[in-house]
Amino acid sequence: MIAGLSRRSVLGGMATACFAAAVPSVARAQLRVDITRGNVEPVPIAVSRFAGSAPGRDDLGSAIADVIAANLQGSGLFRVIDRAAYIQSADELRDVPRFADWRQINAQALVVGTVAPGPQGVAVEFRLWDVFAGSQLRGLRFDSSAEQWRRIAHKISDVVYERMTGERGYFDSRIVYISETGPAARRVKRVAIMDQDGANHRFLTDGSNLVLTPQISPDGRRIAFIEYRGTQPRVYLGELTGGPTRPLLDLDGLTFSPRFSPDGSTILVTVASRGNSDIVAVPATGGPARRLTDSPAIDTSPTFSPDGAQICFNSDRGGTPQLYVMGRNGGAARRISYGQGRYGSPAWSPRGDFIAFTNIRGGSFHIGVMRPDGSDERLITRSPLDQSPCWSPNGRIILFAREARGGSSQLMTIDLTGYNERGVPTPLDASDPDWSRLIP
Amino acid sequence: MRKLAVLATSLLLIAGCSSTSEEPLSGSGTTNGDGTVGSSDLGSGFGSGVASGELGAVTPGSSADFEVNVGDRVFFAFDSSVIDEAGRETLQRQAAWLQQFPEVRATIEGHTDSVGTREYNLALGERRATAARNYLEALGVAPNRLQTTSYGEERPADPGDNEAAHALNRRAVTVVTLTN
Repeated sequence: MIAGLSRRSVLGGMATACFAAAVPSVARAQLRVDITRGNVEPVPIAVSRFAGSAPGRDDLGSAIADVIAANLQGSGLFRVIDRAAYIQSADELRDVPRFADWRQINAQALVVGTVAPGPQGVAVEFRLWDVFAGSQLRGLRFDSSAEQWRRIAHKISDVVYERMTGERGYFDSRIVYISETGPAARRVKRVAIMDQDGANHRFLTDGSNLVLTPQISPDGRRIAFIEYRGTQPRVYLGELTGGPTRPLLDLDGLTFSPRFSPDGSTILVTVASRGNSDIVAVPATGGPARRLTDSPAIDTSPTFSPDGAQICFNSDRGGTPQLYVMGRNGGAARRISYGQGRYGSPAWSPRGDFIAFTNIRGGSFHIGVMRPDGSDERLITRSPLDQSPCWSPNGRIILFAREARGGSSQLMTIDLTGYNERGVPTPLDASDPDWSRLIP
Repeated sequence: MRKLAVLATSLLLIAGCSSTSEEPLSGSGTTNGDGTVGSSDLGSGFGSGVASGELGAVTPGSSADFEVNVGDRVFFAFDSSVIDEAGRETLQRQAAWLQQFPEVRATIEGHTDSVGTREYNLALGERRATAARNYLEALGVAPNRLQTTSYGEERPADPGDNEAAHALNRRAVTVVTLTN
């Protein structure tokens, strides 16, 4: 046994031991990925197959390593070295690695691990090694049921990412979105949820009613979305574990554009009535709505700052749709968008440093970012029909919908800096994404 | 002041139209003196020439009758909810028809083109539906017979991605339902 392994459980708060690391502090010195610049040189990393197996899952060691490798590679910050080049076997890596073997293939870091039967079903241990320093950077044990193996792989990926970048990870998270199929005039739309990498996909509505813009609560347990149960759009609230959904507000008028507050206690909703759309705040547990805007213009698409103190929203009070910022209780609003064209769908980064938005100019839609005071604006996508941005849990990556000429639509991710654009796999066409926080 | 005058004129026009629109609907072949004037008015709005070919097929007071012989939709300029002259004429025919068939209720659906974000377009669609509703109410249609909704960009009349298609999609559509 190697020293320095801390231990925890993946499943709902059943941590069997504390995360406190017996990690040698000297190891903190050298290996670090610089993600402050846009175009980083990816760090070469080796992810060995995990040794051992779980009952009925002989391939689990490979499967976990594959998910970790795909996560790290997909981040754009790592280059995962092909496993065929590895000199040491997974079983040999149960002991301290022969670092010379890994230096030879230019790996700067090495992820190894084991899979074994455990008290909850499966026990997975992993270690992250600094190949050049010859030291362990992290060691962790996870206990869970075997069905949760992908979550273990995502949690290990997050630990590796956090240890090597100094920022929080984003892999153990989910995406809710609208799955689309059929001709444009009779598009069938369903609310769907999946892991961040597209796995464990399932539909939450059956497609019989038009549904739009699902949002996942900060605790990851509830969703709010628009549904047309009759002729009018209304915001509904439901539990992800199932059960009936309920209308958030019981009033005349159309309700849409739901957004959870960072603490989950409040849901902002747009109420449209008599030709006027205003933003109201509704307690998530039910209760009367409180009006936040009273302009006769369109006020919609709100987004909270991560501290919950401010709200950025979309309004045409100045003649064209632009972005404004106001306090959490409404009142005076300050325009922050002054570039070319029209603006919409603002999304405040969970880090607080940027607001992503859709910019429309000359019939083209682009994703852009600006500081909350409107400075440092730049467009980061070039395709003509990109919209509906939202953020990864760590505020590094923007997830958005890209439509192709002809109507097909897919989810894409791009780094905040405009690099590493990638498609997110979905079974059908996709739009209106929302990215959860890290799963508690 | 000027608005009132326009409205008054409109109401007169409707009074004139309603009898003529009745004629093709029934398919009974009744003619009256106003017929020629009425039909040219209708033509400027929604193509009465097409309608005349289908007269025999529709039941007076039905939604098909409304769509074919009255015109169920008005169109808007980009990001606008202002009803233009052609739209006012269509809504005048709609109001007359609705007063002729008092048991009918109507939902006015606001729609937009695909330019603009999904949520902004839901709001804009509601604004257009309300503009059409307000005009129908001003023409005397009882408010409790009218409902509004918005589909934003979700239900395009023409899925094409060009200005001609967009112009057809920027619309408020009056959908009539018989209450019994």
